[in-house]
Amino acid sequence: MKVYMDNNATTMTSPEVVEQMIPFFSEIYGNPNSLHKFGTQSRPALSSAIDQVYKAINASDKDDIVFTSCATESNNWVLQSVWIDKIVNGDKNHIVTTEVEHPSVLATCRFLEEQGVKVTYLPVNEEGIVEAHTVKSFITEKTALVSVMWANNETGMIFPIKEIGEICKAKSVLFHTDGVQAVGKIPVDMQDVHVDFMSMSAHKFHGPKGIGALYIKGSQELTPIMHGGSQMGGRRSGTLNVPYIVGMGKAIEMATENIEEKMTSISAKRDRLEDALLKVIPETFTVGKREHRTPNTILISIRGVEGEGMLWDLNRFGIGASTGSACASEDLEANTVMLAIGADNELAHTGIRLSLSRYTTDEEVDYVIQHFTEAVLRLRAISSSYALVKPTKGGEAGECHIPAHH
Amino acid sequence: MAKNDLIGESLWDAYSDKVTRLMNNPQHQGEISEEEAAERGNKLIVADFGAESCGDAVRLYWEIDPKDDKIVNSKFRSFGCGTAIASSDVMTELCIGKTVQEAVKITNIDVEFALRDNPETPAVPPQKMHCSVMAYDVIKKAAGLYLGVDSESFEEEIIVCECARVSLKTLKEVIKLNDLKSIEQITDYTKAGGFCKSCIKPGGHEEREWYLVDILRDTRREMDEEKMKAAAEAGTSGDFATMTLVQKIKAIDAVIDENVRQFLIMDGGNMEVIDIKDGGDYIDVYIRYIGACNGCASSTTGTLFAIESTLKEKLSDKIRVLPI
Ligand SMILES: Cc1ncc(COP(=O)(O)O)c(C=O)c1O
Ligand code: FES
Repeated sequence: MKVYMDNNATTMTSPEVVEQMIPFFSEIYGNPNSLHKFGTQSRPALSSAIDQVYKAINASDKDDIVFTSCATESNNWVLQSVWIDKIVNGDKNHIVTTEVEHPSVLATCRFLEEQGVKVTYLPVNEEGIVEAHTVKSFITEKTALVSVMWANNETGMIFPIKEIGEICKAKSVLFHTDGVQAVGKIPVDMQDVHVDFMSMSAHKFHGPKGIGALYIKGSQELTPIMHGGSQMGGRRSGTLNVPYIVGMGKAIEMATENIEEKMTSISAKRDRLEDALLKVIPETFTVGKREHRTPNTILISIRGVEGEGMLWDLNRFGIGASTGSACASEDLEANTVMLAIGADNELAHTGIRLSLSRYTTDEEVDYVIQHFTEAVLRLRAISSSYALVKPTKGGEAGECHIPAHH
Repeated sequence: MAKNDLIGESLWDAYSDKVTRLMNNPQHQGEISEEEAAERGNKLIVADFGAESCGDAVRLYWEIDPKDDKIVNSKFRSFGCGTAIASSDVMTELCIGKTVQEAVKITNIDVEFALRDNPETPAVPPQKMHCSVMAYDVIKKAAGLYLGVDSESFEEEIIVCECARVSLKTLKEVIKLNDLKSIEQITDYTKAGGFCKSCIKPGGHEEREWYLVDILRDTRREMDEEKMKAAAEAGTSGDFATMTLVQKIKAIDAVIDENVRQFLIMDGGNMEVIDIKDGGDYIDVYIRYIGACNGCASSTTGTLFAIESTLKEKLSDKIRVLPI
């Protein structure tokens, strides 16, 4: 059996989505900006994709939703253009974000710091949430932008976007949220919150990879970073990626229709899995209260079992999961989120993330419970953390000191 | 960066079959108890290295025959990724049958080599090379415990890059010999810094005592100082041409102090060297007269001629003295 439990990394493109996309490759392939029929033929599908996205996040017709190549582009666009508009060509010099943002925000902020921008990286509480009052206390008259993610990719923790939006509105500071892990997982209503910009990526909600969007409240100013043929009303140039936009429209519609029902069903499976693992495996804990998380995510720490080793064993059973373990990352750097939560350093090496989707079945959950437990048993039998014979006097090792991040 | 780096490599695909095999089924995982060892008349040594909070920890067990210091049995327990477990396994394998004194010579390079499928292909991708270092550290620790000495005493040199086992001495030599100017060059020449990268600069995976950036900077500074010293020595031996600008000014000042200035002062004047321009064919020395000399008739003739000829004689006949 093969079980995919890494849906926060990316998701399967729904077959229905693929089906909708197919005609727009070899049948209806004209450029929608052309005058002839080949081009205009794709316009109805584009319009309805746009409608689907507006409806899914309850955007007003006065707002813009601009398609981009991915959320990384959307995040870069907001940060870099606010820098140009409000800092280079304005009198601001400061951006507020969090320590636990995705690298597409953090790395862009570091780049801006190199250009002389002051950036505040807000800490999270022990549950992994940035509290609204923390955001408030760091905003100054020089603050150009607050960028706080809606939900975190590692922990699934949902951030108080409504409160932060109110604070930013009261202080007249632009507010951007990386909505990648929220859209399609929890209700996102742009008319209920005060958010100036929101990034999305279709492949996180069973759409195709390589297509995303940026929501812009009230069609406000934001200098383009993609200059060219003035597509998307001049906001983002480049020939429209018709099949992918159509795919994103269908995917977001499917993900958000009756979202409460879907959430209930996914969280029931997630909770069953989490309860079982916590019950069967001693010395194990999960991060964050369930009601504060997206319904599909578990970040579980298993004492004595290193994350990459655990992924290895899960993989042998055909289970795909992910770890924040430094060992598994390219640069061996300890995971920012794990460190930011401030739980024991162990968590930085023993955290396993299981992320479900609406396609996850009960059989899959059972299979994971069984084999996850087996993997833990095997690895704990090897683990020095569970060894019985104590070191010879003088042969003990001290605790480790993880070098501070950034 | 080039074509092969565009999508990077898949970490696990870069492991040797042997790493995979041993991770799936380690041969020497387990424990040896005090009683078991005592029953056979042997001594048990148990050493820990690393900690769960570091992401890597290993406990090594040696059962040693006290008659000949031979390790008759060895086991390990390990908290770590696949490479760490496979490295520990192969390490215990390498220890068995050796005396403690022989075992302490096993390095992480040997461990990694023993994990290869064939001698040419590394067993693990570069960033995983460090996992085998712990195997080496724990052996030193166990040997130290058995022999009653500090485990650091087994290390004859200061190892800066543990992954590639490159010493401080080697690094300094290679930097000087090849006039290396960047970390990339150091890695090209010595492999140091080419693996886990912890030794390059602070803030990496592991905190270190020595970093390549500091060694490079300090060695370059030493090189500059040596150059200066060499130039200074050349200066005292009268080789004006190889002197640095500052040394040239000093040498000229020294000659003037010794041979000219006293006469000027006697006449109520003085002079100073303003600048030197080395044009190849001529070395122009710009001077300024002070006090009585300023405006004195002979300052543009006799005195000037005297200064110039003294400098020509003592330092270089390319010198021209130009008052301003
Ligand atoms: C929170 C968050 N933001 C941004 C991204 C970037 O999305 P993409 O890779 O599609 O640009 C991701 C996914 O990797 C994410 O989880
Ligand atoms: S210590 Fe790992 S590359 Fe130098």
